[in-house]
Amino acid sequence: MRNSFWTHIDWALVLVYLVLVVFGVMNIYSAEHAEGISIFSGSLNSGQQIRWIIASLVLAVIVMLVDGRFFITFAYYFFAGMMLLLVLTYLTAPEIKGARSWLVLGGIRLGQTSEFAKFATVLALAKYLDGFNISLKQTQTRLVILGIIMLPVLLVLLQNDTGTAIVFFALALALFREGLPAWVIVLPVVLGAIFITVLLLGFVNMAIALSVILVLLVLLVLSFKLDRKIMWFSIVAVVVCIGFSYGVNYAFNNILKPHQRTRINVLIGLEDDIKGAGYNVHQSLITIGSGGLSGKGYLQGTQTRGDFVPEQTTDFIFCTIGEEFGLLGTASVVILFVFLFVRIILLAEKQKSRFARVYGYGIVSIMFCHFFLNIAMTLGLFPVIGIPLPFFSYGGSSLMGFTILLFIFIKLDASMKYYF
Amino acid sequence: MKDKYANRAVSIIAIITILALVIVSRLVYIQVFAKEYKQFAEQNTRSKKTVIPTRGLILDRNAKRLVSNETVYDLVVVLKQTKEFDTTALCQILKVEKSYLRQKFAQFRAESRYYTPTVFLRELPAVVVARLQERKFDFRGFYVKARIGRRFEYPVAAHVLGYLGEVDQKEIEASDGYYELQNYIGKSGLEKQYEQVLRGKKGYEYTVVDKFNREIGSYANGEFDIAAEPGKNLTSTIDVDLQAYGELLMKNKIGAIVAIEPSTGEILAMVSSPTFDPTMLVGRKRSEFYPKISTDPNKPLYNRAITGMYPPGSTFKPIMALVGLQEGVITQNSRFPCHMGYTIPGLHVGCHSHVSNLNLIESIAQSCNSYYCHTFRNTIDQQKFADTEEGFQNWRNYMLRFGLGQRLGIDIPNEVSGIMPTVEKFDGVYGEGRWRSSYIISLAIGQAEISLTPLQMANMTAVIANRGYYYTPHLVKDPIINEVTRHNTGISEENFNIVVEGMAEVFRTGTARWYALPEIEQCGKTGTAENPHGEDHSNFIAFAPRQNPKIAIAVVVENGGFGATWAAPIASLMIEKYLTDTITRPHFEQKMLEKDFIHVADTSQVTPHAQ
Repeated sequence: MRNSFWTHIDWALVLVYLVLVVFGVMNIYSAEHAEGISIFSGSLNSGQQIRWIIASLVLAVIVMLVDGRFFITFAYYFFAGMMLLLVLTYLTAPEIKGARSWLVLGGIRLGQTSEFAKFATVLALAKYLDGFNISLKQTQTRLVILGIIMLPVLLVLLQNDTGTAIVFFALALALFREGLPAWVIVLPVVLGAIFITVLLLGFVNMAIALSVILVLLVLLVLSFKLDRKIMWFSIVAVVVCIGFSYGVNYAFNNILKPHQRTRINVLIGLEDDIKGAGYNVHQSLITIGSGGLSGKGYLQGTQTRGDFVPEQTTDFIFCTIGEEFGLLGTASVVILFVFLFVRIILLAEKQKSRFARVYGYGIVSIMFCHFFLNIAMTLGLFPVIGIPLPFFSYGGSSLMGFTILLFIFIKLDASMKYYF
Repeated sequence: MKDKYANRAVSIIAIITILALVIVSRLVYIQVFAKEYKQFAEQNTRSKKTVIPTRGLILDRNAKRLVSNETVYDLVVVLKQTKEFDTTALCQILKVEKSYLRQKFAQFRAESRYYTPTVFLRELPAVVVARLQERKFDFRGFYVKARIGRRFEYPVAAHVLGYLGEVDQKEIEASDGYYELQNYIGKSGLEKQYEQVLRGKKGYEYTVVDKFNREIGSYANGEFDIAAEPGKNLTSTIDVDLQAYGELLMKNKIGAIVAIEPSTGEILAMVSSPTFDPTMLVGRKRSEFYPKISTDPNKPLYNRAITGMYPPGSTFKPIMALVGLQEGVITQNSRFPCHMGYTIPGLHVGCHSHVSNLNLIESIAQSCNSYYCHTFRNTIDQQKFADTEEGFQNWRNYMLRFGLGQRLGIDIPNEVSGIMPTVEKFDGVYGEGRWRSSYIISLAIGQAEISLTPLQMANMTAVIANRGYYYTPHLVKDPIINEVTRHNTGISEENFNIVVEGMAEVFRTGTARWYALPEIEQCGKTGTAENPHGEDHSNFIAFAPRQNPKIAIAVVVENGGFGATWAAPIASLMIEKYLTDTITRPHFEQKMLEKDFIHVADTSQVTPHAQ
């Protein structure tokens, strides 16, 4: 019977995983442009990453060998354990690049605990929603879920790792699937749009524009004798919008730190600072843009070899793909990721347990958030927040975290097929 | 397990797909359609490096190296790359004052040269280079840069060879983008004239650099590199031994020597005295030496051979005789009276005492002024001319055919035309139609309004040596880069032979008889040119041998008095040196070497009484 278990594994997911990981380490090697030094050399990030890949594969096999119910049963324990580690990390971590996200014991860097908090949080969320008669319509349920998400968010924020904190909010996508009203997702998007518009136009102009829209709406309602409710709703909405605009204006100028203000200004095009805050993105765009349709060839990227893009083995690894493999390479990577996400969603929909389904959607939410924000960041569509590209970016914690995240789902899926 | 929200899977897949499409369309735009990123990448990573080719050497006519190349090291600094460093230590290594460092840094800041490498100190000695290399990590932002500098193999011919200097703004603008700041360019002499030949053609290498501008490889395997073309060597017509000998003889005298090979127009020697050691104009010595020589009252930088203007005095008489003969106003046998000069009512041109009623040959040998006053007036006042102006114009045309009163077109810069007065000039002085040949009688004996460069004097001597023509005098014999043309005077060879006989007589019985050589028949003419500013200039022109002349020479010694005293022996020694490579008359040589017109106010005018 053991043999037949392996046949239930979704090998397509495993294959995509392996392709992404191997392509990733190739690009890490390229980004270091160390001629004459082997990709396997321990002195290079690529050599390290190969070690992490082996460790990740070992972890994946372990996940495969553990009984699937183990993750369901111990979901809360995982969650509690990881939250404790986050606290421990915050209390003991040295500051590295402004963040306290590394758990260091006895001088040895054990890892970025926040990377492992992700799968634990998804497990906890899935476990909670799998409970009897749980509905997202209940306020109590919503509060508990908010608690499950906000706990790691706050702890990660304490570590001063804003990028990772944002990622947890992506779980709203999984919750949407489970019945969370659409406005929970739409509202932040609308508020985000207002936020950018306020910065672009200024508060006074924004307020005038909104007032004009309000007057027009009121006239519309009055002249066509429409339902007065629409009018009252519009009035409230516009007043809220104006209030929000004022708040944005105030927050931007009084609460945000200057470097954060600069990043946002650069992003929305108000500042052109290619030597300072905009340097990364400017060089990143040059690197990707200069790749053209088919790229400059593996290990031939002039930008990559010239080390123009900071953090190119980690957060800006996508640049290497863009430069050396061109649009064909970048589009292939995007397609592989989309294939991965859609395949997980389709498999999640087939799951017999709500736990497995929520878990599937949960990891899609988190991985998609990483994927989209990371690439959007390298393309100048989003501020530089420093989150890795799953499976590609150099980093043991990140790679192992995503491996566990993915392979628990593969395990759940396989054991579901095996048992039923 | 299906539930009522199962259809939301479609929305979620749609959201993922749409956002992925946003990414892909952005990628399509920046990777395929936007061109600027490719250009930025090129600018980022491609560094264009100029390769300065080796400069051509300058050789003498016997292929001896006059100017060659050597590697010199300059210290350059990139201001933005400097860190705090031990200024005292650096100044000690470089042996400069701290104030020099402060002043240089202030200057670079004022010129906002923060990112460009700028020369901080030139021509570092090897020891200093070694010490700097040892401590290069202590002085970040400072680099030792090798460059090709010039080396003068002989300390002679400074005016002819010229020197290099950094390009100035005007030269950069005129070069159509060839020169960049801190490039070197020929500033004078052959170095300037043949700059384009000597410099070769710059090459360019494209390299790939990283964000710190460090080279990490060649760009596109050197596909776009342009190889530098080395400069061509220049073989000059100078005979370095003759040149050196001329400079030796002219030491402590002010004046010039020009020696020409008459059959070709090639300049064998061009001495301007006082001269300077060209090796002192190279490198660090230059900054100390240049101000000194540029302010020297004797103007050593000034090439008297082509920019000095002197009245030819009696050396002009052979030309006068030739014009008279060609015009038919005199013959070989014409005699004119001379009683201590030429006298008509209201005018007296003095002469020294000699037997009266000399014929043409004797008049050259004895340098009779009266003879040439008659000849000059007869030439101008011929019946065939309507007026003095026409007669004068006819005479002047002869002068132009001898290359006088105009630039000869020698192939180094700054040649002047000398002065050969025009009809307009005298119309201006006396009024139109109101001047006579007697008014301008001084021209007959090479005085007053007339001024020649030593080059012109040597060239007119070459015309006589050639019996009627000259080739543009030149310093580089290469028909491709320097075209030389033949100029004819239109005077018959027979007439020349008469004058040549007279010039031979100068060495036999005439004013330079002390300097005759038994083996070589020399032909010459002394000149003692009156000079309103002081003592007469001592002039001499000569060529030798009489048949198939190999050298034509003009010597001017400023304020040297009689032509026969200094200029004639110098010319004769030069001739002997060139033709036989030996000096049989060391007593003359000794006398020349001992004479110092510059440092001692010695005006002793001894021996020959001649003009």
